[in-house]
Amino acid sequence: MSEFAVVWQHRDLILHGFENTLIIVALSAAGSLVLGALLTIPLMSRNAVLRGAATAYVDTMRCVPFLLFVYLLYFGLPSLGLRFDNWTAGIIALLIYNSAYMGELLRASWADLPKEQIEAGHAFGFSGWRLFRRIILPPVLFSALPLIGNQLIQIVKDSAFLTIIAVAELTHEATSLQTTYFVPFASFVAAVFLYWLTCVTIEGTIGYANRYAEERR
Amino acid sequence: MTFHDYLSIAHGALATVSISLVSIALGVPLGLGLALIRWSRLPILNPLAAAYVSVIRTCPSVTLALLIFFALPEIGVSLDPVPAGILTLTLSTAAFNTEIWRGALMNFPREQYEAALSFGMRRGVRFRRIVLPQIVHSSLPALVNEMTLLIKSSPAVAVLGIVEITRAAIRVGARTYEPLPPFVFALVLYSLIVFLFVKTQRIVERRYAQAEALA
Repeated sequence: MSEFAVVWQHRDLILHGFENTLIIVALSAAGSLVLGALLTIPLMSRNAVLRGAATAYVDTMRCVPFLLFVYLLYFGLPSLGLRFDNWTAGIIALLIYNSAYMGELLRASWADLPKEQIEAGHAFGFSGWRLFRRIILPPVLFSALPLIGNQLIQIVKDSAFLTIIAVAELTHEATSLQTTYFVPFASFVAAVFLYWLTCVTIEGTIGYANRYAEERR
Repeated sequence: MTFHDYLSIAHGALATVSISLVSIALGVPLGLGLALIRWSRLPILNPLAAAYVSVIRTCPSVTLALLIFFALPEIGVSLDPVPAGILTLTLSTAAFNTEIWRGALMNFPREQYEAALSFGMRRGVRFRRIVLPQIVHSSLPALVNEMTLLIKSSPAVAVLGIVEITRAAIRVGARTYEPLPPFVFALVLYSLIVFLFVKTQRIVERRYAQAEALA
């Protein structure tokens, strides 16, 4: 139990890591949701080349292990003259990776959208960007909510990988606490608890938003 | 990069896949056991299993690996990196498998169970002959999907210092002072392995769709 007392004493460190994890998750969640939504346009395009390229990107990301991807970006790209600091590399990696997943799940939701709804939009004179933003996107986002929630949890979990490029997120700070004071059990249990708390909050929020979406339908 | 370097990375990929396969072999039955605990609503064990699933499902495998590797020695169990890696991936995949098995058990038609009961089948026989074959069939696509996800996330055990694909690539990069080629090779090689599993998964799903169209 004294272990937990040590962690409590140095809670600043853990909370600092937690704060960074929340910042990383918020940035990459918002970014990948926007990029994923934009990605649905080429994914659903009638232009075969455009669609092929977007699909290839999504399929590639679905096969690439995230850890190796982060290593490649951070340690591999500098030999091509592209040098990022660890924060930038980490967030870029999360964005590129999760945008593909968001794009794919939003595409599936778009494909399930009733044709009449889009045709009605056309009839009211909506086209192009306005049709996408006003008519297509809102129901697509609403019906994909549970899947978006799952992907947000995946982002939380992926963010822990950034410890390998020394981004000061939760797992990294828990590791440094454990190496300084030799309190491995308490520090990692604290980290696991905070991850759990984050994900439970996300699930709760998504559940609430989902009920709201159901009521509006 | 010499031929030997390519070979050592390929070797690392093999190690990663082997660790994943062992974890799958352990995690699938473990998940079934936990699902049965939840399904039969065993007192005390049921809430424990539910808590286990909830926590592990949201726990990053890197964090879980570090917890297992560094904290277990405190209670007198020190594991080498490889068993610690296998334990991490097993615990993690078992949580997801529990939910898959549980879903199949919940959807199992009640009438069949009652029919087996009225034929006087004992509990064990009922489960082995009536329930198990059918839930294996209905869970298989989801289980295979979870397997590919596990294989994709398994390089996480690199944090324990196991010489698997990530470590092998780092070593080659550190020796040649050119980290890009080994990482590209490792990434392409491992993605191809995952791709093979995804392909297998699609074949399984197609077979199922065909079987269902016939039925």
